Parts: sequence; C-alpha cells; structure tokens
Amino acid sequence: MKERELVIVGGGPAAMAAAISAHERGVRDILLLERDQFLGGILNQCIHTGFGLNYFKELLSGPEYAHRFIEKIKGIKDIEISLQSFVTHLNSDKELIYLRPGEMKEVRARAIIMATGCRERTREMIHVAGTRPAGIFSAGLAQKLINSEGLLPGQEIVVVGSGDIGLIMARRFTLEGAKVKAVIEIQKETKGLVRNVVQCLNDFNIPLYLSHKISRIYGKDRVEKVDVIAVDDNFNEVDNSKFEIECDTVLISAGLIPENELIEMAQVKMDKRTNTPISEKTNKTSIEGLFVCGNAFKIYDLVDSVTRDSIAAGEMAAEYLGYKK
Amino acid sequence: MKKEIICIECPNGCVLSLEIKDGEIVNLEGNKCDKGKVYAVSEIENPVRVLTTTVMSEGLSVLMVPVKTREPIPKSELLNAMEKIRKIKVKRSVEAGEVIVRNFMGLGVDLVATRSVS
Repeated sequence: MKERELVIVGGGPAAMAAAISAHERGVRDILLLERDQFLGGILNQCIHTGFGLNYFKELLSGPEYAHRFIEKIKGIKDIEISLQSFVTHLNSDKELIYLRPGEMKEVRARAIIMATGCRERTREMIHVAGTRPAGIFSAGLAQKLINSEGLLPGQEIVVVGSGDIGLIMARRFTLEGAKVKAVIEIQKETKGLVRNVVQCLNDFNIPLYLSHKISRIYGKDRVEKVDVIAVDDNFNEVDNSKFEIECDTVLISAGLIPENELIEMAQVKMDKRTNTPISEKTNKTSIEGLFVCGNAFKIYDLVDSVTRDSIAAGEMAAEYLGYKK
Repeated sequence: MKKEIICIECPNGCVLSLEIKDGEIVNLEGNKCDKGKVYAVSEIENPVRVLTTTVMSEGLSVLMVPVKTREPIPKSELLNAMEKIRKIKVKRSVEAGEVIVRNFMGLGVDLVATRSVS
C-alpha cells in the first residue's frame, strides 16, 4: 500500500485552506481527494455575495471566494489534487480506500484531515405530515438545480425554515420568475442573518411567518398545497390559526448536519446528537493525527471562519508530522 | 421623520435609526462603521443591490456561468436585468472577473463572470 504524508479528504474551502496551510508549514507530500469534478465544494453553487468580508476584507460571491483558493492551490506542485475520487473506507490505522473512474486505490496516510462538509436536514427530520408528492426539495438541492443545472424546479414556492440558504433561495426563485408565497419559521426569530431577511425577503415583499409551522403537505403526484398553523412559545399548535397556502413546491431549509460517516467507520468517538467528533480542541478527534475541519467539525455561519479554523487544522497536521513553526 | 433600517453591508446587521428631513438624513445612529452611513444615504436616496445570477453557456465544461454586476445597480432594475440576462449565452472560455456585458443596460456597470469556466 502506498504511503503518503498527509491526505486531505474534500475539495471545498476547508480542504483547500488546510492543504495550503500544511504546505506553508513544510509538509511536501500532500494528496487531496475530491469526489466532484471541480474544486470549490458547495461554494460553486453559492453564487450570491456575502463571502470574504472577514478573510479578504472584500465582498465576494461563493465562486469568487473559491477561485482565490483554487488558483493558489493549483500553483503548489507538492499538492496532488485527485478529482472524481470518492473515499469509501477509512480505518483507525489511517488507511483509506477510494474510487476513481476505472480504479480502486488504497493509501495509508501518516496524517489525515477530513474536510467533508455537511448535508441538509430533510423533511423527514422535521416531521411534516402529509403525502409524499414530487416538489419537495431541500433548499440546497434547489440551489444546485437552478444555479448549476439551469433548471427551475417550481413556480409557486413555500419555504419551510428561515436558514440562510432558504432566504437566499427565496430571492433566487423570485429573480427567476417564480412566486415565493411564504417563508415559515417555527421559532420566534429567523435562523438566518438579518441582512438576508432584508435583501432576500423584504426587498421582494415575501411574507415571513414567525412562530408558524407547516402541519401538512397535500398533493398526489405534485405538491398542491400546505397547511400552516401558528404555534405558541412551547411550540403547541394555536387553536383556529390554521390556513392553507396553494403551492407546487416546498423548500426545506432546516439546518445542516456534519457529514462524518468515514470517521465513524474509523471508530472515532462521536457525539451522536450533533454527528461531530467528541473533541477537547477544534479540529481534533479521538485518533491522533486524524483531524476534522470546516463544516464537518461543526456548522459554521461564515466561510471566513471555516477558512480560519481550517488553516489551524493544516498547522496542527504539520505539527503532528513533526514540522516546527 | 424617523425611520429604522437594517444595514446589509456585513453580517453584523446593524439597526440604523435615521432622522430624515426633506429627503435627507439629518441624524444617523446605530452604525458600527462608515459603511453603514454610505448604505443609509443610498437606501434613502436610491436603493441599490449587487445582482448575482447565472447565464447559460454553450459547449463549456459548466452549464451555468455565475455572474454579478460589478457594482450595485438600482433595486428597481433587478427584475428587468434578469429579463436581459436570460437572453445571454456564453460560448467561449471566461476567467473569473472577466466582463460578460460592458455597461450593462446602460447603467454604467459591467456584468462580470464570477467563476473561471473553460
């Protein structure tokens, strides 16, 4: 089995920052495994601006933020970038198996940084009753369909949850000519940043219902309507507050879950509640030399913070490998 | 007239308290930095936004090329701008930052690609 000094799993902002920083600290044998055919991760579909104010002191779109790291990492010859490379196995001896088109490869790493990001919570996780018609999407999936595939997945939209991606997508659907009929948030306040409430909802007069929830989804083949009901401070339904909204699409924007199946496979001690490694220090796990950074370690609000902490992960890996400051 | 608006220049989301007289801000409170002041004036006189969207490509490795207006454009022009952008097709490789349409809609602002696509 081939041995590498440092293997990084992922190709988004966390992985790229970690790789660059480990290299700056002296690591010269780095393999980066990205499952997609491009570097950049989720930033490629986050075409809105709002990135980089802390790290670059500039307002950038997601692809622009990614671009700066892609240019930099491509210029570092010591970092081998392997695209379309999907890691299927990881064990506690830091051995990985990954698939590339036409081949299966094994590699043993002296240190590993997992930068595998996160995925979206689904309708099933927020317990919405009703039928299971077409037209129910997580907000990020709708974002991918519109921004990467050029497809508009609906015309009359209800957004469930007021996370930033949901707010951003409410604006995106509106700009693309769809009608966003409501954003429904069970909490008393929006989950997303207030600036996104202003520029994504208020700018387009999209109604926001706080302390409300969707109680049922109707429709046989395609979503036809939803029931919306007010809730009190204990999230109990308020009598006689139910009303209907006709729509063909329901977007779920109910938060993110770190994606950590591989470290779980390697027997890393996990917090089952958050799906993150139990750790006394950011980026560390119960296995020496196995680090986790970015949204896989914890869900961040800003990519700038992901970059900051992932730079630290690269430094920690370098230090573990014996490179001094 | 008193008015409260929320600054959207950064994730802080400062609540700005404005006192407006004859269409001009005579008093401003709540901004943590100077960007808030510029935003408040613009929001009262001529609200503007950076438009980010995509244009279709033809024969390139990525189907949709992300674009933005290099500077903010009037908020009232956003939907018109989308109509125009829908008709654009990118048929050659572009670099991030490269101009797709110069002086877009005569607004004095360029429409630029935000991703390198070949």
